[in-house]
Amino acid sequence: MQLWLIPVFPLAGFLLNGILGRRFSKTVINAIAIGSVLLSFVWVLKTLAALGELNTAHVERYYTWIASGDFHVGMDFSVDRLTAIMLLVVTGIGSLIHIYSIGYMAHEEGYYRFFAYLNLFMFFMLILVLGANYLVLFIGWEGVGLCSYLLIGFYFTKKFATDAGNKAFIVNRIGDFGFSLAMFLIVVNFGTLDFGTVFAGAAAKPEATLTAIAFLLLVGACGKSAQIPLYVWLPDAMAGPTPVSALIHAATMVTAGVYMVARSAAIYTHAPAALEAVAIIGLLTAFFAATIGLLQNDIKKVFAYSTVSQLGYMFLGAGVGAFSAGIYHLVTHAFFKALLFLGAGSVIHALGGEQDLRNMGGLRKKIPWTFWTVLCAAVAIAGVPPFAGFYSKDAILLAADRHAPWMYWVAVITAGMTAFYVFRAIFLAFFGAYRGKAHPHESPFVMIGPLVVLAALSLAGGYLFKVPEYLSPLFPPLAEGADLGPMVISVAVGLAGIALAWLFYVARPGLPESLAANCSGLYKLIYNKYFVDEIYDAAVVNPVVAGSREVLWKGVDAALIDGTVNGAGTVSKGVGGLLQRLQSGNIRSYAVWVLLGSVLVLVAMGLAAGGIR
Amino acid sequence: MTGVPLSWYLILSAVLFALGVSGFLFRRNIITVFMSIELMLNAVNLSFITFSYQLKQVNGHIYSFFVMVVAAAEAAVGLAIILTVFRNRSTLNIDDVSTMKN
Repeated sequence: MQLWLIPVFPLAGFLLNGILGRRFSKTVINAIAIGSVLLSFVWVLKTLAALGELNTAHVERYYTWIASGDFHVGMDFSVDRLTAIMLLVVTGIGSLIHIYSIGYMAHEEGYYRFFAYLNLFMFFMLILVLGANYLVLFIGWEGVGLCSYLLIGFYFTKKFATDAGNKAFIVNRIGDFGFSLAMFLIVVNFGTLDFGTVFAGAAAKPEATLTAIAFLLLVGACGKSAQIPLYVWLPDAMAGPTPVSALIHAATMVTAGVYMVARSAAIYTHAPAALEAVAIIGLLTAFFAATIGLLQNDIKKVFAYSTVSQLGYMFLGAGVGAFSAGIYHLVTHAFFKALLFLGAGSVIHALGGEQDLRNMGGLRKKIPWTFWTVLCAAVAIAGVPPFAGFYSKDAILLAADRHAPWMYWVAVITAGMTAFYVFRAIFLAFFGAYRGKAHPHESPFVMIGPLVVLAALSLAGGYLFKVPEYLSPLFPPLAEGADLGPMVISVAVGLAGIALAWLFYVARPGLPESLAANCSGLYKLIYNKYFVDEIYDAAVVNPVVAGSREVLWKGVDAALIDGTVNGAGTVSKGVGGLLQRLQSGNIRSYAVWVLLGSVLVLVAMGLAAGGIR
Repeated sequence: MTGVPLSWYLILSAVLFALGVSGFLFRRNIITVFMSIELMLNAVNLSFITFSYQLKQVNGHIYSFFVMVVAAAEAAVGLAIILTVFRNRSTLNIDDVSTMKN
């Protein structure tokens, strides 16, 4: 079926734009970048249409990459229903965001570089979802991490952007370390990394082994999907251009961890302790990130913490055994969160780079298209029926309720906060009086078009795409029957969140300040994001920096290594200085040396010969 | 080996060699130094031939031919160098040709 063509199109786009883009006009760059992704999307559609039902995985083996004794790793791609969903999300949303970027990046430096990186990202992301074994998945996994780094630090003349890129890359290394260890354990215990073989053999392995593997995989997933304790890189990643935040840090790459956990469902279902850990980490992340999102003033930061929180929901879904609900939320989240970010990008574009909610306001009339599309995303994420977020969130909440009621209640409170912070951002940005200085202007059609498509998907996507039913051959079925009670409660809490935001930021604008003054301790704690960055700095970063500077640099490098090398140099110089005296420049003195030398040799030989006799 | 005994040849060779060495050590004219080197080479050749003749073996003859070839080549190169040095510096004093020092 030529699966390999799917990632190769964006790769070709990357090579063309990356190598020759400097000479191309913007039209040519657009045609290559967007054309390659669209081709990839079309090829996905064609492939999926040809593969039909996909009740079993369709595997294509291209060549053996590593062969060592009995251990083989192939460059293999496979498509099953989970991959099909991921392929559609990645190429579909990816195409929309590429188109949007034409408008957003129009006035930026490094236009070709941006699109080259974006195409490279698409290539690696497609490798990630197509891989038929852990190692191929890992190539994509590392590749998207690289592209994430490159695109976060896209504005490389700004210190905070390069710092954010470094932070993302380094924090992800911790997760990848866990992932690598998990792969080693799989190789040791299963003798292969192939998904089919590993999952088929998982049931027969001891639970302790599977738990260890599952926990290590979870570490990897926590890094990539920004879960506690490794979530700190994602809010900083907003230093990149907004389309990047939408594509990589909301819709696709950060969901790779969820995808990987769902892909490894066969391992997780036999490791209940690890699965419980997935649920708890997801729940904690959802809750705490949502509280931080309540008080952020940067519009992109609000959505960044929202992303962390929603990823937590996906983990919660997977952790309570409802893998298909987690993937369902992944899909709907890709719609509405991409839309929220692109809408935020449209606002930022309209205001000439302003990101602070306090300098916005009253934009509803000035950029109506952006307002209405973002509103669609907001009702979707708030879980208002019958929009996309309602379906997926409800599926997760229901599964959580069946698993453990306390998880349900925490998740419901989080849902209320989600509705609150999203509508807070909307009310602050679009309602009231305009507080900024720039002159807002509506974005061009290339930016509005993708917004409208995503808005339609956010509104109807949950109803149109019944992901859990489609995934039913792969994962344990969701709980049967709709419990009306939990559903009504969660919807009511969501609506209450919206109402509260309305009260705070439209009806009674003075209320938040007085509330903040009354609970100043809690307010400061949350406003400063629980001081997590500061704690990490004090506990990890500073000791490492100090250790590197005092011990490794000044001790080992400067004293030991440099000392040895410089010492060797000094000794040679001293010896050379002594020998230099022989080089008198007087040729006859050289001759004397030669003569003396040959006489010495003769005497020595004579003595030696005499000795032998 | 009738008439002239072996030791005479060897003594002559040693005397020639010593002359070469002392000429090399004490003369300052480059051409003289050069000729002293040739003298040493031929002194060695003489002893080669002597032993070759004495021992009825052809090896010494062959070696002496090699030495002659090398000496001829060396003469060509050496004289070319001397010529260039003289053109550039208008001197043949060996002590003045010491630019490489320092």
